[in-house]
Amino acid sequence: MPTETQISKPPSRTQAITDTAFRALCQGFTWLVAVIAVIIVLKIVLAALPAVRQYGLGFLSGQVWDPNKKLYSILPEIWGTLYSSVLALIFGTAFGVAAALFLAEGFTADAVFALLKIVNLQFHPFWGKLPVQVENLLSNLIELLAAIPSVVYGLWGLFVIIPLVRPACHWLHADLGWIPLFGTDLSGPGMLPAVIVLSIMILPTITAIGRGALLAVPTRLRMAAYGLGATRWEAIFAVTLPTASRGIFGGIVLAFGRALGETMALAMLVGNANVISVSLFSPANTLAALLANAFPEASPKDVGVLMYAATVLLVITLLVNVAGAYIVQFTASELEGEKV
Amino acid sequence: MPTAEIASQEPVSTNGKVDPSVVMDCNIENLYYGSFKAVRDTRIPVQKNAITAFIGPSGCGKSTVLRCMNRMNDLVRGFRLEGHVQFRGQDIYGPKIDPVAVRRFIGMVFQQPNPFATSVYNNVAFGLRLNNFKGNKAAKVEEALKSADLWDEVKDKLNESGLSLSGGQQQRLCIARAIATEPEVLLLDEPCSALDPVATRSIEELMKQLKARFAIAIVTHNLQQAQRVSDKTGFLYVDTSEGSRTGYLVEFGDSNQIFHDPKQKETQQYIKGEFS
Repeated sequence: MPTETQISKPPSRTQAITDTAFRALCQGFTWLVAVIAVIIVLKIVLAALPAVRQYGLGFLSGQVWDPNKKLYSILPEIWGTLYSSVLALIFGTAFGVAAALFLAEGFTADAVFALLKIVNLQFHPFWGKLPVQVENLLSNLIELLAAIPSVVYGLWGLFVIIPLVRPACHWLHADLGWIPLFGTDLSGPGMLPAVIVLSIMILPTITAIGRGALLAVPTRLRMAAYGLGATRWEAIFAVTLPTASRGIFGGIVLAFGRALGETMALAMLVGNANVISVSLFSPANTLAALLANAFPEASPKDVGVLMYAATVLLVITLLVNVAGAYIVQFTASELEGEKV
Repeated sequence: MPTAEIASQEPVSTNGKVDPSVVMDCNIENLYYGSFKAVRDTRIPVQKNAITAFIGPSGCGKSTVLRCMNRMNDLVRGFRLEGHVQFRGQDIYGPKIDPVAVRRFIGMVFQQPNPFATSVYNNVAFGLRLNNFKGNKAAKVEEALKSADLWDEVKDKLNESGLSLSGGQQQRLCIARAIATEPEVLLLDEPCSALDPVATRSIEELMKQLKARFAIAIVTHNLQQAQRVSDKTGFLYVDTSEGSRTGYLVEFGDSNQIFHDPKQKETQQYIKGEFS
């Protein structure tokens, strides 16, 4: 029995109440987030229902968008959304994973260390810390890319990227125009500038999550690989990357989701033309850009149509996430052996 | 260092000064991490078909000395060695030697079991793949698992994750992985410190079997273990006289002699358990 002199006591009433309240609060917020998500989806789908009844599946397969004639269909936008996202994902993944490896596997720090060694400052109390600091600075800079507002990316694309790539595009079209990718000329906004900017926008997501996943790979696994006589390349590709693959892939799926839904920069750069083309230089349109451009002047009746388009975008992102989760599961069991 | 052909059984040449049974002659004059001198004056020969144990208090540099023997220390930024390690008649710290090649001939097992997050089979086959082994991989994997006393326990679950095994099994899997490529020397860095007594016993039995085929060097903080398994023992101690903590070899000899008739005062005290 507790006495006055004993230090150990059961939790007081206040402690017990705080504990219960904290748990309830956390649970409440979690449910709230889920409920909000459901309400958003529900509202959009309900608002889309009249348009779904009116236009049916032809909305998904047609290529005309003419509010004056009340003709609506979004196949070019579906194509543009998927095409731009997939292309951006290819570039973003290549650069993002490479950057994550570079930052997580000590390449940066090693390079700075080697530089310091030349001037014999590598163990200096101040300069000796530089390798790690440079590594952190670089990864912070890359994460800072995620903080740049979408509209700034759009402006940058208009005034920097388009003038920059235009000469190369002209040349590619003139000399290699028989390749479908270069089938049209770049007349200003178009798929390529949109994809370039989109790749940069999704890069920090892939790099930050990828770096986290790589850093989470236990050092002892790397040591095991090196101990068996693996080169750095072999250790990274045979051990570190496969072990971190689940996390890296999670980052890629997240980045794909962002690419699909990215609005402002694309509305400014993609050209907003109802065209289906594999040419990188052709103007195109995406679902998100269509919504952003069409909403301001939409009549109440058009809103239903736009909600239909929004529902399609939602379904696409949902499918991508489900497919991503499935692929992660599948590759994980392939790579890591069967779990018992 | 010869090319990375596994099981190249060329005779061990020696530099004339050491005993022909010595596979590796590790002679550390000074070893630094950055400006910190971690080990000094430590010469340990590792013999064929014998187990050489390093004992000593925490922080005396036992593991550092072990990691010197397959150039694992090269992975530490700022590592520097004065001295040499003779293996196959060459200094493995020679200017033309690739540390990666060294590690293919000198296997290592770590303190924490560290199987890769892949199947049991792929874990053991890892070294074979690194060495571009063209022969019958499945047979080699089976042989290594049998040598590591693990075959009977895992033969029906070669496709399951190595991480699904128990701690002791994982460590034996790591031993199988290390010996699959038939290295000449096997370095064990406190291989039982994360294991329970039963698993520890099975690893010790395994070491005694394996010494027929490999030269084994083991670091242990467990004196009884060193006494039970080792043929030669080196005792390392910490020198704090220069205001730093530098490990050095106090005494090296037959395990019987070290444990029953130690010559140095520090060894006597340590063996008697007067300090640790």
